[in-house]
Order: sequence, then C-alpha cells, then structure tokens
Amino acid sequence: MIAVACIKQVPDTTQVKTDPVTGTLIREGVPFIVNPFDSPALEEALKLKDEYGFRVVVISMGPPNTEVTLKKALALGADDAVLLSDRVFGGADTLATSKVLAEAISKLSQEDEVAAVFCGRQSIDGDTAQVGSGIATRLGYTQLTLVDQIQELDLAAKKIRVRRKLEGRHEVVETPLPALITVVREINQPRYPTVPMRLISGDSEVKLWDNSIMGLPTALIGLEGSATQVRKIFSPEGTKGEILGDGENNPDEAASLLIEVLLQKDIISI
Amino acid sequence: MDENKKKIKKPRGVARLISGKCIACGGRCETSCPKDCITMDDNGEPIIDIKDCIGCGKCVKICPSEAIEMYLTPEELEILKQWEAQKAAGSKVEEAEELTEEEAAILAKIREYKGVWVFVEQTGGEVATVSWELLGIGSDLAKTLGVELCTVVIGDKVEHLCNESFYHGASKAYLIDDPVFHNYRTESYYKAVCYLVKKYKPEIMLVGATGLGRDLAGAVATDLLTGLTADCTGLAIDDKRFLLQTRPAFGGNIMATIMTERTRPQMSTVRPHVMPMPVRDAARSGEVIRESAPVKEDDILAKVLEVIDDSKQGADAIDVAAAEVIVAGGRGMLSEENFGILQELADALGGCCWLFTCRRGGRIPSLGASGWPDRQDGKAKDIHRLCNLWSDPASGRYAGFGCNHRDKS
Repeated sequence: MIAVACIKQVPDTTQVKTDPVTGTLIREGVPFIVNPFDSPALEEALKLKDEYGFRVVVISMGPPNTEVTLKKALALGADDAVLLSDRVFGGADTLATSKVLAEAISKLSQEDEVAAVFCGRQSIDGDTAQVGSGIATRLGYTQLTLVDQIQELDLAAKKIRVRRKLEGRHEVVETPLPALITVVREINQPRYPTVPMRLISGDSEVKLWDNSIMGLPTALIGLEGSATQVRKIFSPEGTKGEILGDGENNPDEAASLLIEVLLQKDIISI
Repeated sequence: MDENKKKIKKPRGVARLISGKCIACGGRCETSCPKDCITMDDNGEPIIDIKDCIGCGKCVKICPSEAIEMYLTPEELEILKQWEAQKAAGSKVEEAEELTEEEAAILAKIREYKGVWVFVEQTGGEVATVSWELLGIGSDLAKTLGVELCTVVIGDKVEHLCNESFYHGASKAYLIDDPVFHNYRTESYYKAVCYLVKKYKPEIMLVGATGLGRDLAGAVATDLLTGLTADCTGLAIDDKRFLLQTRPAFGGNIMATIMTERTRPQMSTVRPHVMPMPVRDAARSGEVIRESAPVKEDDILAKVLEVIDDSKQGADAIDVAAAEVIVAGGRGMLSEENFGILQELADALGGCCWLFTCRRGGRIPSLGASGWPDRQDGKAKDIHRLCNLWSDPASGRYAGFGCNHRDKS
C-alpha cells in the first residue's frame, strides 16, 4: 500500500516585501520553504507508515531546486521522493497542475495500490485550495477536504472515517479507499527530522520525472493546458482611513469624536 | 496599378524587456514564445534574442506584469515609412487581423454560453449568506452582459430557497430537490452541478469561498475542464464580455487579474463578507426550473455519519470565518486586562472578541513570554487574515484596537 503526500515549495510570503517606489515585489533573499499546510499532510502519511507499514511517496511539481525540499521530506521518513519538473510543466494553473500530479499518482498506482493521497488544505502563495480537488476528480478518488482528524482506517474493509472541519460545524464522513484527503493544520504536530535521517537523506536520490517519462501532451499541461490566464499583476492600493483627534494627549476628545462618527454612520445608537 | 510591386506589410516590431518590471513569474514568456527566442537568466528574467523574433506579441500578452513591449527596429521604421507611403498611395492594406481558425472555433463555442449563475449553499436547509451576497455582484455582471441572473439550488426539501433567491435578485432558479442531497457530499453535488451546466450552459458561475463551496467548485471546474479563480475580491466585465477576476496573491502582497479565455463557464469563488449584501425584496418573483437528480444514492461512495454543531461545543470551538463581527485587539492594547473593554464591546455588537499579537515579517517579535496573549496558532492566522480582509471601512464588520494595518500581509 502506498500513501502519497503532495507538497509544494513556496516563497515565504511573510517575508515578501514590495518596493515602495516601483510597486514591484522584491524577491531577492526571499527564502523558499515547504508550504506550511503540506507538512501536516506528509505527517499523516508518515503516521500510516509507522502504524501499518505503508510506503510513503512524496511528490512535488516545481522547478529543479524543489529537490532540496523533497530531500527534507526524505529526512522525515518518506521512502521515495518524486520531482515532477520540466519546462513544459511551467506556467500551469491549478487545472494543469492537477493533471500532472494525477498522472504521476496513477503511474505510482501501477507499482502498488495507492490507499490515500494527502495534500495540505491550500498553499500560502496561491491560496486556492483547488489542486487537491483537481487530483481527486481526475483520479475518481473520493475527495475529503479540510480533515482535522482521521478517526479510523479499516484496511480489511478498505474504508476510512474522518472528521472534516467546516464553518461552524464538523462532519464525520466514511468512504471506501482510495481517498484524497486535504488536511488542516490542527490535525497533527509534524515531526522533526533526526540527525541520522538527515545524513542518510543527503545521499538518497530524488527521482526526476520530466515529460520524457510522463509523456503528456503539451495541450493539457503547463501554460497551454491552463484554463486561466493572468492578465495583470499590480500592487494593492492602500486604503487609508482618517485620523480623528489626538488619542495620546487628549483621549477624551478623541473618544467623543469617535462616538460622534459612529453615531453618524448609524453603527451605534444611544 | 503595378502588379509586380511587392506588397509591403506593416512591421510588427520585436519584443524587449522593460527594465525593472519583471517579477520572475516562472518563465511564462519563455513558454509562450513559438520561436524559442526567449531564455531565462539566473534571476528568472527573460533574455530575448530578437534575431528570430517574429513579432507575434505572445510574450507581451502573457506577461502578468506588463514587462515586455514591442518596439520597431531602425530597419522596421524604414519599412513603416514605405508602408505609410503605400497606404497614402491608395494601395489596399489589410488592417484588421484575421482570426485564426482555432480562435474562431473557440469563440463560437464560448458564445453558446449565456447567463450568470450563483450556487446557493445550504446545510440542512440553512443557507450560507454568502450566496445572497453573490447575487448582489452577480446582478451587476448580468446587467452589464444583458443576460439572466440564475441560482442553482440543490438539496433535500430546499424549494423555499428558490423564492429566497428571487427576493435577493435572481430571476430563475434551477432546482434539484432529492433525499440524495440531504447531506453535502462532493460526488453527488458536483455531478448535479455539472449536469446542469452541461444542459443549460451558463457563462459565469459564482460560488461562495467557504469550506463547502471550495470543495465543490474545485471538483466542478476540473470535471468541466474550465478555469476557476479562488477568493476573488473584484469581479467585472471587459469589452469582450470576458470576466475580469481580481484576487490577492502572495499572501495579499500583490493583486492579480485573472481571465478564463478559452473555456466556459468562467468560475469564481468569493469569500463571505467581501461583496455587499443586496436589498431583499419579497415582492420579487421568478421562474423555477425543476430537474430530477442525475445521481443515485447507491452510486455515491461517501456517507456522512454525523454533523456536529460547533456552537454547542463551547467558546473556543467558535469559527472565526463564520463570525458576523470581529472585534480585535493588537499590541497597542498594552495589557491583557484592557481586553475586558473590548469583550464588552463585542458582546454589545453581538460579535466575538479575540486577543492576539501579530508577528508580521519578523518585525514584531512574539510577546508570549512576557505575559502577553500569544496566539501564533492557526486561529490567530485566520483572525489576522480576516482582519486584513475586513479592515476596509466599507465592510462595517470589523473593529480593530491597537492593531497596525498599515501594510497588508
């Protein structure tokens, strides 16, 4: 049985700054990290390895330097790491991305049965939460998004029961395997790599699957296979409010000014 | 007219990079170039070899940051002069660019799609109010396009939501009412939505960016092989009747305008409380189109065993995203005791109050060790995201005290 974890290498968006003059992104020195939502996804796959001896395969689509991120996953205990990297995969939106990832998973399923695919709920750079759904729909797997607890895995009956976290409610859902599960951060506390594992992973190999291996028609992948096109990128306009009174030296006056405005706007009433 | 005279074509120019504008998007121009004359340097910026450039302009069109422009080389300027002279001499010049066969086929296909649809999200007959908010913006889009505004109502005993959609501005509701839709499951719902889309062909479909909405929209768009743009904060129509979808990217550091140019419907999700709620008018009515369920219970693999209402599970289980009003306090509140005042305000407004410290870009260290309420967990991030989203005064749903919202993160 294979448990697949899909991870993405992302720029640390909390470190991104814009140039105040030109309004463009300053990208020098922005570090790349594993998408924080993906670490708990990998952790769930690794837990299945600990408990049931699953083979954990971590896959990622991205530029060649994603290898570093995949090696970190190997250091955590993943058995194999596959990097999907090719010029023709580039410029992909979520539809074209899910095509390549789904094909890679279906290739893995020829080696051994895939029981579950784990993804983070979304990435911090794109924030779309669409790739997980895309993979599930393309593979025909049951899609279980926003999972915060795996309650039971019944390998004999090939069933999984999970709890999903939604707005104002939780749902307990049961479904036959294989399933695609996207996880929320609350599901677990990801482990840290041990020093021996780190050393071993330094020598272990990340498998590179480019399109000579995947053999996908270019019309379905990358820029050409994307249904959406980015027309324009621009800096958000800062909306600045009005400063009322002098709260530091005359808080009473500032407070009465605020109350007056709130009354005027009908936000509060006396 | 001299038949032997070679017809001069208007020069198209060649591409060049405008210095300082490239954002290293990942080589969209490189991929778009049909002649492979663009390579990327170590900074991820393009190097354009104009020797082979045919002036097709594909890289200019694909560039998200308008960093590439066409310019005329001195030789081409010379040709332009001749072309103008030829034009002045009355020779026939083809001005309008003709559509290729492929482009014409795509255009014909997308013209079959008409109307703006809004998915009405409900749980146990209880509607997610974002659905009505979407009818507000949906109505603007439908008016601009001159088409109908419709809703998709799927569920078990949910017919009353059709009328409710008319009250909020829809003129037609597609209803699939069947026990198989009692609980939301991706498979049953996405198949039902896809069935309706394939049958009635809407050009735009809006879905609330809730847990359920995102789960559904991702599956629908993949099945229909169409474009889906998440968390749009702005929706408008351009001069070609295409939907312009504007959304924050890179954690809100930049905005992107995204299009779905070749497929239909154009799908967008929008977060709750981003679009204003339209006025409800119970005098309005509309047409209900009933469809029977295209799926059977036996074919749906997933079973929902239990739905747990968080509001019955204690205060910490309250979901920030579902809150109507947020009262937030930041570092400027100076001490934890002062949050008592905010709690009073929150209670009076019927909202929830959270205390948290911000850590943005590493500039403000977490103050947890010095007796400060330290919320660096997932919930604090959720609150922070919402605060930024709602801190626009127009939302009227957010009150921040001692919070610094100068730069959005």
